[in-house]
Amino acid sequence: MSFAIIAVFTVAGALAAMTLRNLVHCVLALVVAFTGLAGLYLQLGAQFVGFAQILVYVGAVAILIVFAMLLTQSHEPLAHLTVAPGWVTSSLVAVAVFVILAWSIRSSAVGARSIQPRPEITVRNIGDSLMSQFVVPLEVTGLLLTAALVGAVTIAMREQRMNR
Amino acid sequence: MTETMDQIFVLLKHRILAHSPVSVQPIFSAALSAIAILVVFATLFALTTILERKGLGRFQNRYGPNRVGPFGLLQPLADGLKSLTKEDIVPHSADGVVHMLAPIVLVVAAFLGYAVLPLGRNMTAINLDAGLLYFFAASSVVELAIFMAGWSSRNKYSLLGAMRAIAQMISYEVPLILSTITAVMAAGSLSTGAIVESQTGYSGIWPHWFVFTPWGFAGFVLFMIAGIAESNRSPFDLPEGESEIIAGYFVEYSGFKFALFFLGEYIGMFAICGLAITLFLGGWAAPFSFLTWAPSYFWFFAKLLVLIAMLIWVRATLPRLRMDQLMNFAWKFMLPMALINLFAASTWHFTPPGAIRWIVGTILIAVPYLLLGRGLMQSNKLEKRTYRFAD
Amino acid sequence: MTTPVNYLLISALIFAIGLAGALVRRNAILVLIGIELMLNAANLNFITFWRYSPNPEALTGVMFALFSIGVAAAEAAVGLALIIAVYRHFNTTDLDQVDSMRG
Repeated sequence: MSFAIIAVFTVAGALAAMTLRNLVHCVLALVVAFTGLAGLYLQLGAQFVGFAQILVYVGAVAILIVFAMLLTQSHEPLAHLTVAPGWVTSSLVAVAVFVILAWSIRSSAVGARSIQPRPEITVRNIGDSLMSQFVVPLEVTGLLLTAALVGAVTIAMREQRMNR
Repeated sequence: MTETMDQIFVLLKHRILAHSPVSVQPIFSAALSAIAILVVFATLFALTTILERKGLGRFQNRYGPNRVGPFGLLQPLADGLKSLTKEDIVPHSADGVVHMLAPIVLVVAAFLGYAVLPLGRNMTAINLDAGLLYFFAASSVVELAIFMAGWSSRNKYSLLGAMRAIAQMISYEVPLILSTITAVMAAGSLSTGAIVESQTGYSGIWPHWFVFTPWGFAGFVLFMIAGIAESNRSPFDLPEGESEIIAGYFVEYSGFKFALFFLGEYIGMFAICGLAITLFLGGWAAPFSFLTWAPSYFWFFAKLLVLIAMLIWVRATLPRLRMDQLMNFAWKFMLPMALINLFAASTWHFTPPGAIRWIVGTILIAVPYLLLGRGLMQSNKLEKRTYRFAD
Repeated sequence: MTTPVNYLLISALIFAIGLAGALVRRNAILVLIGIELMLNAANLNFITFWRYSPNPEALTGVMFALFSIGVAAAEAAVGLALIIAVYRHFNTTDLDQVDSMRG
């Protein structure tokens, strides 16, 4: 029951994010989709990932997109055509991708899997494995984030310096 | 007897729940906690508005509101009635739906954080294992609500106010979260209940609060500064800046929606204070071992009122910062101090107890504080300001 | 009880919506939003397969989702910085008008 409600919210948010004309409305719909996904994670018992999803996507990525939108003055409703020329082919491709995915999910053996009893995942478990088994990916992610930070600042700054 | 007094609300809840069918008990239990939190903190909001106005009045050598009821104590009631009966104006070019949703999202997001605050012994609404993460996830939605309010009003002042508010909240969220990590490290858990439990011991009569360690004290101060900035209060109230951008992101709101913004702001402030109490001031633990007979929720709310009084004092004392000062302070002072404090906390953790770790811990925090503070003073050219455009 | 098929179908649907948006829309920011949706759909897959795996104690799916969230945040930051740089150069975020190599 709650799964159906959350799923409808998530898909509706995603659809609205891709179809609305006003960009800010798109971002707000995107936030609904992100929150719905966090709800699905919580239902699946991944509490930490669910809260991290809200913290990162709603608190950071959505705000970042909004800032970019205001800085590029694309927050006004669009007057002209909003879709790319080859939109019929593109949407057909997307529908085909969904049909193939859905068909393969339906026909795969994964549906027969029975659910295991809910594992006792504490934050301590996650921290322990982050610091032991997954320490290399963690360091690489840290490096990547630092590089992305420096890179983003450089890219966004460069043009301004040349103009001066 | 003291045990019963301490647990009276918990027992009451169990008594009520025992009369309801088993199938609806989880929902009923959550609803009871939510109603209790809503009623208590909305009342506290009403009380704080009058206390703040009276306190500010005394600071400015005047009386403050004293017409409605005894000592003006019924002023919040009058204010509430006024805001309810005022006309609700929506600007013609505003985005109607977003304009209406913004205050609701703000208040809901502000209230969500209370679910993990331990208001007393066994008095946490949901004791989550990742409680602190939940708190910050809930409070990050507030930024979005502020943007919705600022953008949907179609007013350049409200958009500017919203941009300022978001920039400020993002900048101060970093030191805010980094300063809480020290308490998490000491308690070894993200659960707010466990963090309070780890501070309930006493040596002699003195409590084991984290604020009574060098890193805990620095962490508490950093947390409170960042928390004031996060709840957009003076001296960090640039998003509202009446003299520059009239009232920031809620210029175009009137009547009850305006009251909701007001409520959301105060509720957010109480939540930040409550988290500071939970993390550094021992939560519901009594300040001395001989005072443990008083109920635990009494100590939580006593500490909360003390912190609120402190915030009113700060508001009455300090002038508003300028935007560049605000950003410099966040990135050149708060962030390095929070990182150094993290290092000091881990050093404390790994040195054996005794005088040596007090000395090392104090030096590790005091020396960077002096150096950073001096650097900040020198980089802020404190001579007469030259005006480029106003001459 | 819901089966993994439901979650996987939702994930596939979100992926397809994100793909359609990234291909159809002209505004660069919306294309980025589409890509974010596709990444999120992948995350939902990770979590679903972790929950329905024979031993969920191994935590691999959760870890993969956490790292994926981190990488997506980095991607969003760089992508938006690029969009701002492109906007400064061409004065538009419409991808069909950003078509000259010399600028």
